[in-house]
This record gives sequence, structure tokens and C-alpha cells, in this order.
Amino acid sequence: MAKFQSLRDAVAENLNDGDVAAFEGFTHLIPHAAAHEAIRQGFKDLTLVRMTPDVVYDQMVGMGMAKKLIFSYLGNPGVGLLRRCRDSVENGYPHTVELEEHSHAGMANAYEAGAAGLPLAVFRGYKGAGLAEVNPNIKSITCPFTGEKLAAIPALRPDVSFIHAQKADKKGNVLVEGIIGIQKEAVLAAKRSVVTVEEVVDNFDDVHTNCCILPQWAITSIVEVPGGAHPSYAHGYYIRDNAAYLEWDKIAADRDLFAKWMTENVLEATPEDFAGRVANLRDAS
Amino acid sequence: MSDLDFTADEMMTIAASRALASRDVCFVGIGAPSAACNVARLTHAPDITLIYESGTIGTAPDVLPLSIGDGELCETAVATVAVPEMFRYWLQGGRITIGFLGAAQLDKFGNINTTVIGDYNNPKTRLPGGGGAPEIASSCGEIYITMKQNLRGMVEKIDFFTSFGHGDGGNAREKIGITTKGPTLLVTDLAVWKPDPETKEFTVVSLHPGVTREQVQETCGWTVKYADHLETTPAPTQDELKTLRDLKARTKAAHEGTGKAA
Repeated sequence: MAKFQSLRDAVAENLNDGDVAAFEGFTHLIPHAAAHEAIRQGFKDLTLVRMTPDVVYDQMVGMGMAKKLIFSYLGNPGVGLLRRCRDSVENGYPHTVELEEHSHAGMANAYEAGAAGLPLAVFRGYKGAGLAEVNPNIKSITCPFTGEKLAAIPALRPDVSFIHAQKADKKGNVLVEGIIGIQKEAVLAAKRSVVTVEEVVDNFDDVHTNCCILPQWAITSIVEVPGGAHPSYAHGYYIRDNAAYLEWDKIAADRDLFAKWMTENVLEATPEDFAGRVANLRDAS
Repeated sequence: MSDLDFTADEMMTIAASRALASRDVCFVGIGAPSAACNVARLTHAPDITLIYESGTIGTAPDVLPLSIGDGELCETAVATVAVPEMFRYWLQGGRITIGFLGAAQLDKFGNINTTVIGDYNNPKTRLPGGGGAPEIASSCGEIYITMKQNLRGMVEKIDFFTSFGHGDGGNAREKIGITTKGPTLLVTDLAVWKPDPETKEFTVVSLHPGVTREQVQETCGWTVKYADHLETTPAPTQDELKTLRDLKARTKAAHEGTGKAA
């Protein structure tokens, strides 16, 4: 049964040092506010799972919170590289993060397998790909019916998944719209889930019958955080802050500038600050 | 038509766009491929189906997306599906005719590296990695590649096989059980290349206007081969150039216009 909580309580109750944690959002609906709360609470030794670990994982890696990343695209989409992640991988600063690298198809299938309660994902993939040689979790399986050799990887079963979504109703059911990405599978694959939303409405009587809705009993915790995806976006509420993604490239390029930025914008900030960050992005949405 | 009032970059995008047709269902990589695909849609291929890996099918953005998941891709799409569905039903299901990819490193057989420069476990440069590319390269009907030529990018031997092209040439794809065609076209800022039917090595079939063989060789890390009948790529038309420049101008305004300064 979904519980409405403060962000501080939701993160404190659901995340632990050493957890396998996913903060998911396929470019859209990235739970930045939840990740910033996790940074403020100073968790350690996390195995961070995400298809597209962009700016927010760059921040968590740069703050020394991650032991390992499980991912399929380690970049700032449309901008370039993740400079804090590079500093970790190439120079061991602040420490070396272990990488388990997959393709998007692999990660998507692994989340889906996790949601479906299966131990593995089976798909046609990694043919001729170098990842199959460097990632021991990429194996193959032979179809018992046709003899076709297929890729097999373990299901993803995070201890906790965090996502952002548009809205919850008063019972705690959650509506996800637009590029829904892997949000549903990330929640259903995880043991616990925290969903931050733009707003809480009375009911979903006005939404289409086939909308993507996560029932309240499938979610652990719900937190209302307007603007909580920024600089990612929430379809129908505010647009992606592309300028902030471009700016991040400069901030993350310098260790001191990064530390200063994190202090000012994360460590000394609050979840309520996110609403102000999207104020100028709402009209255009 | 002999007025060369266009850049090599513009020629590359426009030449790449000409390879696409309205009947194509195209999985679009971000960057140069995205520009080419949208120029095609806005000129000679209005009914082309453009698909981005965020799940947007049949999208028609007014500006080029910065990321594969910008909101406009969804707003203008025929349908937006979840990412597992995208990769399972649409890509793995064999419903996509062309995958259009960029590359950090490319070899003469169309194998692509976007993962690391140097050793995988101790890289000199850690690049973003493959994202959707490993399965795009094997599941789409055929693969088009577009990139600017330089010695760091076009190399004799890539550091990592992010996505498989023609391996070491010949029937390498068939040998590992891949049934799709793989790379059939490479468009650079200097030339149009196609694989040799037998060896599968990329061969220059057309030089862009004003480009010399020396320029192509100087910016390519392998010994360049040329087709017997080498053509000259037709220069961009006024319509193509205007479409591309307008698109770039709208994109620039849109990407710089958001954020704190607004």
C-alpha cells in the first residue's frame, strides 16, 4: 500500500548503504529530487542501475556514493561524455567504480524479466558485440524448440527503484504519460519503490482507460515534489532544460567547480527548490 | 550549380538524407543521423517513419532533439511505446528497415566503436557506450552510417566492437548467425562509400563536389579504395540547403532558449 511521505522520510526508509538502487527515467521523468535527497543523506556503496545514467549518476559517482554501475549508455544525451564518471573510470577519482555494461535491449529485457519474476532475460542480441566478451553476465542459451542461440542475462531485481511521474490520485495510484520508458518495469522489478510526482489529484476519472497507471498497492512510497525531474522534464508540466544539460558539461569537467556546485545546489538545497527551477520552463510546455 | 556556397558538413547531411525514402522505417541515432533523417522528411521523403529509441514511432519534430527523449518527439509521434516494447516488438521483431548510426571510431568493414579508446578495463577515454547500437546493428534490415572523416575516427583497427558491421569482411555476419545486411552505406563530409559486394570493404563511389582523392586519403586511416566508375555527388539544391539551415536555426534557438536565463 502506497504511503504518502516527505522525501526525506521516503528516501531514509527505503534506501540503505550497499543497496542495489535504480533511479530510472529514459531521458524523461528522471527522479532528480529523490537522487539529490539520497546525496544529502550520504549513502555509500550503492550499486546504481540505470539504462542511461546521465547527469544525476555523474553527480552520485562524483560524490563517491557508488560502488558499481549497471548501465547501457554512460553519456550526457546529445551533449557528450559524463566527466565525473570518466574521472572515476580513467583516474580513480574519488574512487574507481566497477562497471557492468549492457546494451539498451539487454537492460530493457532484464528489467522486464525482473518485473515478470523471471530469473533471466532471453533475447536476440549481442551478436558480434564486444560487450559479450567483457561482461561475464552476458551468456547464451539455446532455444529448445528451434535450436537458435540467444543471449541470456540475469534479471534486474533492484532493492529499491525511484522514479518520477506526472501525478498520483489520493489513493496513491500513479499515472505516467509521454515517453514512459522503463518506469513501470523499474517499479515492478524492485523490492521497494518510491515515486515522486508533480501533483496529487482527487481521482483519475478523466484519464483514458488505457493509460499507464501503476496501482497504489504496487508502490511503497509516494512524494509530491513539483519540478522533481528537473533538468529532465515532465510531459505536460515543463520542458527539458537542455541548457542545463549543456552547462553540466562545464561544471563536471572541473573537480572544484563540481564540488562547489554540489554544495550550493544539492547539499544546501531542499526538495522545495525544484519548483522554482522549472518556473521558466512551464509556459513553453 | 557550381557555386560551392555550402559547407562539407552540410553536404554530408544532405547526401545522407538523399539515401532515405518515404517507404523507409528508420531507427534514428542522435547527432548527424538525426539531422539527415529530418532533412529527408522535410524534403523528398515526407512519409518516412522515424523512430527514436525512447519509444517514439513515426515522429516529426519541428526542431532537432538534443536527446533521444526530448518531449517534442513524443508530441509529434504516431505512437509512443515503452522501451522494452521498442526493443522487443519493433526492433527485434524485424520491423525496422534502416538503422542510421554515427560512430566515434569506424573501420573499413563498418564495425563501430563508441565504447572506449584504449583497453576496455583501463581505457584512455571512456566513451558513453553503445546504448541501442549493438542490436540496431544486427536487427535492422540494413545500416547507414554517417560521420566526419578524420584519422582518429576512421581507423584500420577499432579499439572495441560496440556494434558489428561486416567483422573481418566477406560473409562474417552470416558466420555468426546474423541474417540482416549490415552496413550498406557510409556518408562522410567528403564522399559516399558503399561496401564491395564480395569483400564488404567500404569503397568510395562518389566524391562530394570539389573534393580530391588526396583529401579523402589524408583523413582516413586505411588505404582507400575507389569504385571503377567514380561519380561526383550532386551539390545541394537550394531547397535542401534552405531546409537544413532553417532546421539548424530553429534547433539552436530552441536549445539555447530554455533554462535559468529564460
